[in-house]
Formats: sequence, structure tokens, C-alpha cells
Amino acid sequence: MIRILRQLTKIGSITEPLAEANNEIEQLGKQLDPVIRKRFAGSLAIRAVDAGSCNGCELEIHAANNAYYDIERFGIHFTASPRFADMLLVTGPVARNMETALKMTFDAMPQPALVVAMGDCAANCGVFGKDNYAIAGAVSDIIPVDVIIHGCPPTPTDIIQGILQAIGK
Amino acid sequence: MRHLANTWFAEKLGDHGVYTQYLEDHHPAHMPCLEIRILDWEQAAKTARLLDMRLVAVWATEGGCHEQDEGMYAYMAYAHPEHRHAMVRTLLGKTKREISSIAKHYIAASRMERHMQDMFGITVTNTPDQRRWLKHEHWPEDAHPLLRSFAHDTRMEKACGEYPYLHSGSEGVYEIPVGPVHAGIIEPGQFRFLAVGEQILNMETRFGFVHKGIEKAMKGRTAEQGIKLAGRTSGDSTVGHAWAFAQACEYAANTDVPARASYLRGILCERERMANHIGDVGAICNDAAFAFMLVQMHRLREDMARLHADIFGHRLLMDAIVVGGVAVDPDAEACRALLEQTRTIAAEVEHLRTIYADNPSIQERVIGSGPVSIDDAKDIGLLGYVGRASGNYPDERIEEAYPPYDNLDVNVAQGKLGDVSTRVWVRFEEIADSARMIIHLLENLPKGDIQADWQAPEAGISGFSAIESWRGEIACWLRFGEAGAIDRYFVRDPSAINWLGLELAVREVPVPDFPLNNKSFNCSYSGNDI
Ligand code: SF4
Repeated sequence: MIRILRQLTKIGSITEPLAEANNEIEQLGKQLDPVIRKRFAGSLAIRAVDAGSCNGCELEIHAANNAYYDIERFGIHFTASPRFADMLLVTGPVARNMETALKMTFDAMPQPALVVAMGDCAANCGVFGKDNYAIAGAVSDIIPVDVIIHGCPPTPTDIIQGILQAIGK
Repeated sequence: MRHLANTWFAEKLGDHGVYTQYLEDHHPAHMPCLEIRILDWEQAAKTARLLDMRLVAVWATEGGCHEQDEGMYAYMAYAHPEHRHAMVRTLLGKTKREISSIAKHYIAASRMERHMQDMFGITVTNTPDQRRWLKHEHWPEDAHPLLRSFAHDTRMEKACGEYPYLHSGSEGVYEIPVGPVHAGIIEPGQFRFLAVGEQILNMETRFGFVHKGIEKAMKGRTAEQGIKLAGRTSGDSTVGHAWAFAQACEYAANTDVPARASYLRGILCERERMANHIGDVGAICNDAAFAFMLVQMHRLREDMARLHADIFGHRLLMDAIVVGGVAVDPDAEACRALLEQTRTIAAEVEHLRTIYADNPSIQERVIGSGPVSIDDAKDIGLLGYVGRASGNYPDERIEEAYPPYDNLDVNVAQGKLGDVSTRVWVRFEEIADSARMIIHLLENLPKGDIQADWQAPEAGISGFSAIESWRGEIACWLRFGEAGAIDRYFVRDPSAINWLGLELAVREVPVPDFPLNNKSFNCSYSGNDI
């Protein structure tokens, strides 16, 4: 235990103001703080759904949760159930085999629900292509989308920015 | 890269009465492709088993421009620790597209045979499992996407049906369906548990949810375009998949990659191995409520990702490998940064390892949980760290010893107990060994070009490669068509085999320990579903 504590004090707090360039996110975060407080009672619950991603996007969502970015500091957390989620974060082109599951997840959410399509695949099917028997379409072809985050995969900064943008809408 | 033809398997097959013909239009010669008669198909598998060979993959394809009647072919690939890889293929009957199953010799063949049935409409006889695999119930019965006659942009009708999961009629056995959307931020798939009390009696996996038609989508792309797709087969092994694709192309075209480029590929691949193991060890500990390790390990993973973005232009190293070499040539300063960071991270991981090893509450959870026996591991042919934890040690960096590993000693961790704790141990060992190799490669990095001139081979030429990605061996076969476009592509991610290991491991494990076991395997869904 003592070693754990020692390690913790040695590393200290590494959470940093995001987007080293001009601290956009911190800014955005500050502006949105009252919005999250008011509209989402201080906490925004996100249900992440992989609708056919290559898993690269998921790695970056995990990264957005690491100590450097610490997405939770904005009151944003990921939840296991769509039943009490405010936002659906969808990755991947929608695989034909995931179409029903994605729709069901969306339908299980209390409305109005926000939908963020994350990654080039979610935006436009990416390298896999729309003209593909196995792909049902981009996310917006299946469910209504509020915000699109581009990138393959988007960086953690892009992700946080996109989520904050969706809340601000 | 001009190797001697490898005739060992052909001779051995001959000894067992299987007549083979060496195919000239397949490369490389040290991983030959042998044509056999269809009636010898099962005998060939049986012989491979007798020779203690490991099944690499079974797949099918339609003939290309070298095959006169454009028939349908079935392929299988095997590997032997000393005699490397060899493939056999056979021509299926024109009217009766039927082949006998080899699953009784190699259980891992079963799902690949189901894939053949789904994608080509081939009938596999004597199979232990006739169910569909990636082709879900809502696909029409007659949809076989990899047939030439099936247009790549077909919008299939919706059909009905239900997947026949394994059930138990016994009293007291209950079912827990999980998925396809899982609780965490992970890929989708179905797990069906049959449980008694707290104990798992059986766990059945059902995949295909993230099937993206990659094999079909590859058709018609040039190698330069194709590698972007190949590198997105499974995002966490982008280096491994891109390398496997590149090497299959390069073998097919007899292209030598400059030494500097292979060294850099080695560095990229070992960095990917480190990053993934580091992330996974943290996640495994987190599944046993030891969040401290997750936070620490993900901090290190992030440090690596940032340096990758700085030097190679991508946090996960996507598109860093190109056909013929690598995309980016790091300068002296970048190499120094890589060297320094690799050293620091390896040292930090060693320090964290002592904390992990001394923590009784995590040790209590991992020791003895989810064991896979050595016999089972060998029977299934488990790959990568999963195999290495259970006494099965195939490693292409040693068996195929492609550059730069031909100049490198790889220390393969040799675990035996096969439980979660051993899988974690193997990962820690591999982090240290990868760091050692990266340092060696950086210190001895040859000067010169980073890309060879790439020229696609003529139509009809095929190539095969086997690359040791962080998860284990990725096998890739492809054939070129007209104008340098890929005509056929097949790839087998190690997960296609290792998922079977997880199903075995979790028998008799308490349900709450499933996530811990699952994470210790960390198989890919996307790589499995291609
Ligand atoms: S956008 Fe890129 S990283 Fe994300 S799922 Fe698609 S291919 Fe993978």
C-alpha cells in the first residue's frame, strides 16, 4: 500500500488543460459547465455503441478517460445501460449485422436523446465503403445524428470537443 | 528474399500417399502451395496432424486467370516449428461443391469451414457444426457474398430465423445471454452462458456482428489502397495487419524491402505490442477492482501514443507501413526520443509489476483463474500470449524469422499453467522483451532507403505471409488480378483461433470472474468477423 501511495504522490496530478493549442476545450468546458449543471443535473451519461468499428475508435474513447484527458472532470461518464443515458456515442460504419442492435439501443433511450457519430466510419463508412453488402450505412442513415466527429480515429481531444459541442446545441 | 523451395511437406505427404503438385504462381517458395486431389483432402489434414503441424487456416476462393475453368478451390495452411509454413489446395467439383471437414483432426477448422459455407455456398460434409457463422439469420439463404456472381454492393433482403444456441435441459441450469452490445466500451458479440449457481458450465460465443465484408471490399483495390483497409481489420493491431498485407504483396512481387524499412517495421510492431500489453494489464487489473494499475498503465500508453503521433503522424500507428517499406523515416532526434521513451516505459512497467506482484487482493483473483491445459492449447493451436501461457509457443518471429527478426534473438516467454496470472506474466515478459528489441533495433538502425520501388506482379500471382502481431500470428493470402489490383484476399486474425481458448478457459469459472478472463485473452471481434 505504501508503494502505491508513493507512486501516486510521485506522479501527482497529470490531468492537463486540453488542446494545448489555445485551450479551446477548457474554454468550452467552462462555458458548458452551467449547461451540464442545468440540463443534465451536473452529469451527462453516455452509452457508447460499437456498430461495426475496427476498435481503433474505442481505444481513443478509452484514452479520453485516461488521467491526461479525464473526461469525467466535465461531469461526463460512460454508462452500461441505454435506459438512463443522455447521449449515444456511435462508432464504426453500421454493420448490417449490427443494424437492429443499434436501433434497439437507440429506442431504449429516454427521449430526447443526443446522438454523436464518432469517426470517419460512423460519418461516411470510411475505408469500408457504402457500396458494401455488409454495411447498412453511415450512422445517420440508421438513426438521427446530432454531431459528427471526424478522424480515423478522432483523437481524445476531438472526442471531448465533439461531445461538448453536442451538449451545447 | 529469394528462398529455397521448401519441399519437406510435399515429401511427407508423398510418403502418406498424397500426390502433390507444386504451384509456380504462388510465392514465396519457402511457404509453398501444393495442389492435391480432392479425395486426398482429409488424408492431407491427417498427415499434417501426424507430423505435429499446426493448422494455420482453412479458406476458399474462386480461381483466377491462371485457373482455366475458373473453378472453386479450397485451401489449408499448416506450420511446423522447424519446417515452416506450407499450403495445400484442391479443386472442388464443378457441380457438387462439396468438401469433407477436417475438424476431427483440427477443431479450430470448424468455424473457418462454416465461414466457407456462408461465403461460398460450399457444402462441408462430416462437420461437427453445420450452423451458420458470420452469415446471420437475417441474410437470405442463398446469399454467398464471396462468389463472383454476388455484386459487392448487393442490398440483401431481410430473412427471418433464430440462431440455434446450445441449450441445456437439465434442471438448475440457467442461461445468461450477454450482448451483442456489451456493458463496457468494447466491441459487440454474443456470449451465451449456461450456469449452475455461480459457476459457468459452458460459454458459447456468437460473432459476426462487426462483419464488414473486408475480403470482398479488397477486390479491385491496388496494393497501395488495400493496405489502408488491411490496416483497419483490427484497429489495435494495425501494424500487424498492415505488415502481413504488405509482406504478402511483396512476396508475390518478389520485392525486397530495404533493411532500414524492416528495422523500422520491427520497431513499430514491437511498440504496438508494448502499448497493447500495457493497456491490457491495466484493464485486467481494473476488472479485479485494482483501478490504480489501470490509471498508471493508461498513462504510459498515452505517452506512447503521443510520441507515435509526433514521429509517425498517428497515435495508433495506422498507415505507418506501406507496401514496399514504411511511410516515415524518423531522424536522429526522433530515434533518440523513441529510445529514451522505450527505456523509461520499460523501467516504469517493471516498477509497477512489483506492486502488482505484491498485491494480495489482485493475486488472489488471477492465480488459478481460467486455466487452459497444455494439451488443449496444443489441440486448438492457441496463438500469441494466450498460447505462450499454456505451453504452446508458436512465434513467427522465430519460425519464419522474417527481417528484422532474422538478426534478432526473440525470448519467448514459456508459461505452462495457462491461468489469468500466467497470461499476465507472459504480457509483462513480452513488454520487457519488446523494449529490449526496440532498443537493439534503434541502436543498430541501418542507413538507407525506407521504401522499395513497388511494382505489382502480373495477374494470377498469389502471395502468403505470416506475421507475429501482438496478439499472435496473422496469416494473409492474396492473389493479384489485372492491372495490379487485388483479386482475392484472405486474412486470419489470431482471434479466430484464440476465442476457442476462452470458451474452454471459463468453464467452471464463477460468472463474475468472466470479465477478468475475457480481458486476459483480449481477442478481437473485428479481426474475427472481418
Ligand atoms: S474511423 Fe478509423 S479507427 Fe474508427 S472505426 Fe473507422 S477505421 Fe477504425
